[in-house]
Amino acid sequence: MADGLQHGFGRVVVAVYAVFALSASARSLYQLVTKASEAPLAYALSALAGVIYILATFALATNRRWLAAASIGFELVGVLVVGLLTVFDETLFPDATVWSEFGAGYGFVPLVLPFIGLAWVLKARRGNLAV
Amino acid sequence: MIDGVAYTVGWLSLAIALWAAWKTIRHTRISDAMFYAISAVEVGTIVLLIAGLAGLASTERNVEGAVFVSYLVTLVLIPPVTLVWGVAEKSRWGTGVVLIGMWTVGIMAVRVLQLWHG
Repeated sequence: MADGLQHGFGRVVVAVYAVFALSASARSLYQLVTKASEAPLAYALSALAGVIYILATFALATNRRWLAAASIGFELVGVLVVGLLTVFDETLFPDATVWSEFGAGYGFVPLVLPFIGLAWVLKARRGNLAV
Repeated sequence: MIDGVAYTVGWLSLAIALWAAWKTIRHTRISDAMFYAISAVEVGTIVLLIAGLAGLASTERNVEGAVFVSYLVTLVLIPPVTLVWGVAEKSRWGTGVVLIGMWTVGIMAVRVLQLWHG
């Protein structure tokens, strides 16, 4: 029985994280290269989000539970804080990031994903990954 | 040309995503038919890449070239990764991976159309 974070349902979680790692980092790279001065805070934040998604994907895919929990926890805080800030003060981020308005531009997947990710890591900690 | 291929790839991949969701619910793994369907999407993304590059070279409109091409190239890469990962997973979640991969292709095909029409 395969019991790592990267098997079973975990493979779906890793797949979604991989998609977000790619899209968030590619987007921020493009923004930083072409128009860094327009919205530096938003683009730096996009880059940070990209790095966090890459870390989480790596941690989940290689069964590193603490790194997975830490990066996904950071992601959860990030999407909640940035989500709140963008709702209350629209001028703070002139251009959208993956976490703006709780990830509304991405079908709210960025808001739901950390909960699923953390639940999966917690389930793994209890050695209870059979699906 | 670009519109036709992008719509075909988009609708086909979303149909496969729904099919994969059904298979995930039913605890079934990737079938031969699904393998060929995903292969058809791959052919579609390659045609879309060629049509997109040709279109970009001949258009006089202001299309965001770098983003457009990066979407086209990424689209070509997703079906093989989806297949390798989906076949490797021996549980019901193999088709779960197909669901995610094909959904991503569908959304990216829509983005390609948006980028192309500005």
